[in-house]
Amino acid sequence: MDNRIAIRNLSAGYGAVRVLEDVSLDVASGQTAVLLGVNGNGKSTLIKCIMGMCKPSAGAIEAHIDGQPHDLLKLTTEEIVDLGIGLVPEGRRLFPKLTVEENLLLGAYRPAARVKRLANLDFVFETFPRLAERRRQPVALMSGGEQQMVALGRALMLEPKILIVDEPSVGLAPIFVARTIDVIDQLKRVKNLTVLMAEQNFNQAIRVADTGYVIVHGQIAFTGRSRDELNNSELIRRLYLGA
Amino acid sequence: MRMPIFSLLALVVAAALFAAFLAIGNEYLFFAGYVVVQYVVIATAWNILGGYCGYVNFGTGAFFAVGAYATVALHKLQNYSENNFPPAVAEVIAVIFPLPIPVLILIGGLLSGIIGLLMGYLTLRLRGVFFAIATLALAVVLQTLVVNWDYVGGSRGATILRPPTTSLFGMDYIHYLFALMLLLAAISIIIARGIERSTFGYGLASIRDDELAAEAAGVPTLRLKLACTAISGALMGMAGAPFPYYVGYVEPASTFSLIYAVNAIAMPMVGGTAGWLGPLLGSLTLGSLQQIASVTISSEASLLLIGVILVAFVVLAPRGMLGWFDRLRPKRKGMVATGGGH
Repeated sequence: MDNRIAIRNLSAGYGAVRVLEDVSLDVASGQTAVLLGVNGNGKSTLIKCIMGMCKPSAGAIEAHIDGQPHDLLKLTTEEIVDLGIGLVPEGRRLFPKLTVEENLLLGAYRPAARVKRLANLDFVFETFPRLAERRRQPVALMSGGEQQMVALGRALMLEPKILIVDEPSVGLAPIFVARTIDVIDQLKRVKNLTVLMAEQNFNQAIRVADTGYVIVHGQIAFTGRSRDELNNSELIRRLYLGA
Repeated sequence: MRMPIFSLLALVVAAALFAAFLAIGNEYLFFAGYVVVQYVVIATAWNILGGYCGYVNFGTGAFFAVGAYATVALHKLQNYSENNFPPAVAEVIAVIFPLPIPVLILIGGLLSGIIGLLMGYLTLRLRGVFFAIATLALAVVLQTLVVNWDYVGGSRGATILRPPTTSLFGMDYIHYLFALMLLLAAISIIIARGIERSTFGYGLASIRDDELAAEAAGVPTLRLKLACTAISGALMGMAGAPFPYYVGYVEPASTFSLIYAVNAIAMPMVGGTAGWLGPLLGSLTLGSLQQIASVTISSEASLLLIGVILVAFVVLAPRGMLGWFDRLRPKRKGMVATGGGH
């Protein structure tokens, strides 16, 4: 099925501060698009615009879900979630006092997801056996890596067709960064997801990327259609590899 | 099926309390009890927005006053219509008015519910202290409007003469008001508990704990918050609607008094904000203490009392009286995925 996002000439900001300037990018169906950029260049704002949490001043965001086009700028966040676009927010944003299971169930708040919550809970526990062992444990007592699994699991409770992950590596030990990125890649294959991932960790992100966009000062500075193209980019060398 | 049993129980307790007051036979009990029970409604209403959803409302006085002034406006309509409306209209009004108090309560609730909705629309994008300031501003704006509205007496206030008995079985008026307020308290507690255990309530809790995460999970945050301010505001207005008949004289400064806002916050804080029981415990203890202090020391002392108690609780028992029992209770069971009908 065709599940993709097309962003055209998007500009957005907060008050007088311009954050995004004429950004266009595509997340192709069944692929992983990676949004690369260091702090403060507009990655999170772009994601907020897609999720309807931030109103852009110009441009268009269109999502195709099962081949059907939807104008995301006309929808509220909950309607966008209902379409099957799941977000794993930056910094995980879990409910620390609640247990693993309660956090996951909160991901199934939408009526459509609520009906299938038991099946989806099983799927999440199959995907992350570690969470099944700890289902009754408050999230606050878990490691950062495990918390990231819960955050991913919570988004999966919606049965998303498009998964948006904002900086999964934040606050994680290097070994967990690699594992988290692997899991996202695996999920993409098993569930046939379309993935948009914002990430600062270039080396890790690029391992699973089909397309890469480098965002600098709110503009797309480079688009890499393959891993090689990304690896060989002058700009990326300069920004990330210190060459 | 636990819901109807709880509702029934709440109503039975309210009825039993009324019967006990009648049996004791001290008229002053009804006067003092009315104020305490009124605070049960106000504290419960405040907690629906403040405790469940995490938005601190400083405008309780405004919602309360909207209910009270709706009653004053309708009470005055009868006399006003005789002199100012065409005779045909005045006749119709003379037949319908004075409106029975339960109807006034509903009208007051409706009006303050609408004001809650409007306030929510204007201010719910603000968080934390900014929302609190905005609600405080609402109270000032409404008070200014009422002070300049001559029809309801402006800053002079309005006197409401109530008959000594009601048409309802010739019941004593103050008994009648007390019974109505008890019923209202039971209803607000039933509503609060219902919200707490519903999907709506879980949504509110997720907004309180992390609004962005709630949005990412598809919780319709704005809609839930609007419903929440409307319900909370409506209950506060309902508590205020019978007030003019209780005091007999209403003027803006005391009706919009900050004491309502302070009590509405202090009572749930002292009791515990997590559930319906906290505001009930808090309002019963603080409300009764205030009444006792007013009689034995002075009415000014009652204010001092709340201040001291609130400070003590914030410092020593931040989770309220219910926090004391947390250690005694068995560890709470997780929400089981297979349970619950929704």
